[in-house]
Amino acid sequence: MARIIVVTSGKGGVGKTTTSAAIAMGLAKRGHKTAVIDFDVGLRNLDLIMGCERRVVYDFINVINGEANLNQALIRDKNCNLLYILPASQTRDKDALSIEGVGKVLEELAKDFQYIVCDSPAGIEKGAYLAMYYADDAFVVTNPEVSSVRDSDRMLGILASKSRRAELGMEPIKEFLLLTRYDPNRVESGEMLSLEDVQEILSLHLLGIIPESKSVLTASNAGVPVILDEKSDAGMAYADVVARYLGEKRPHRFIESKKGFLRKLFGGK
Amino acid sequence: MSLLDYFRSSKSKTASIAKERLQILVAHERYYRNKPSYLPQLQEELLEVIRKYVNVDQDAISVKFEQDENQETLELNIVLPESQNNKSPLEI
Ligand SMILES: Nc1ncnc2c1ncn2[C@@H]1O[C@H](COP(=O)(O)OP(=O)(O)OP(=O)(O)O)[C@@H](O)[C@H]1O
Ligand SMILES: [Mg+2]
Repeated sequence: MARIIVVTSGKGGVGKTTTSAAIAMGLAKRGHKTAVIDFDVGLRNLDLIMGCERRVVYDFINVINGEANLNQALIRDKNCNLLYILPASQTRDKDALSIEGVGKVLEELAKDFQYIVCDSPAGIEKGAYLAMYYADDAFVVTNPEVSSVRDSDRMLGILASKSRRAELGMEPIKEFLLLTRYDPNRVESGEMLSLEDVQEILSLHLLGIIPESKSVLTASNAGVPVILDEKSDAGMAYADVVARYLGEKRPHRFIESKKGFLRKLFGGK
Repeated sequence: MSLLDYFRSSKSKTASIAKERLQILVAHERYYRNKPSYLPQLQEELLEVIRKYVNVDQDAISVKFEQDENQETLELNIVLPESQNNKSPLEI
């Protein structure tokens, strides 16, 4: 049975697509056949982050409308042959997505894949709703910032009441927190919400903290998911996230700044 | 106070303000979540009606919506001002 993961946030620009690309690659690299779907109809970006934009022929909507079959639309990743990308349509509007259509595509994918990662668009409109509707697990991507935390909380309310699992009275979606663009220096100087602050409000199972990192831009410039930059802090943080999701215990890293570390070393406060 | 603390305290520590604001806001939004959307307006209009007769504060009235498996209840609580002879809350 496939596990369907939605990467969601409510707020835009917090790192959903970066995260979707990284964890899909991470799962595939660890031997799980994985598909990653771009639900951002009209504003597709996942293809760019995955570096397959020039190989897009058919898209998600074509498959829903029966204009292409799944095998024609799925793009095999150039770095990992267990990873496939289903791009969003660039031209049509969001109304082309339907609950039945999405359900049918996911059902067909589930026969062949172990993990299906759904990259949600921002907002709480149709695209975001359909991205989370069939999910088993939700990765709630949050930045340490007021509007992002508030939107994450709203999204949690939607996951708990509007999803298929909620409607059918099944076991609820498992919710995980991914705190991204975290800057320990700014947290220590009191300018940025800390992990504890965010958890006091959301109290979710923490999958990982992704530091604010230059490597994310470098990776997106090159069209390679940042998790493949194994020496970068963000790459390592995403590798930890995948390992924890698969049940490994790993201590959290990148919570403390180098300054904070030295301060502890020399007995300062 | 160490030198480091001095430099730190000279920066604006706005994160704690952010956290407090969020706690209040999120609690409020959670309360109204999955409740009828007419609740805030109902509260407003009830307040208007009551004010025709008694001079009560904005926060003297609370509308509680509760839901369990087989019924939904609306509980209305109005606290009358001190000056009134009747000091006990009026329950409807
Ligand atoms: N950990 C990070 N460090 C630095 N920059 C980051 C990090 N994560 C994401 N970014 C940058 O933030 C921007 C938004 O990222 P991304 O596109 O992944 O967000 P999104 O949530 O998918 O946005 P949208 O809501 O528009 O779909 C990008 O420019 C990305 O490079
Ligand atoms: Mg995106």
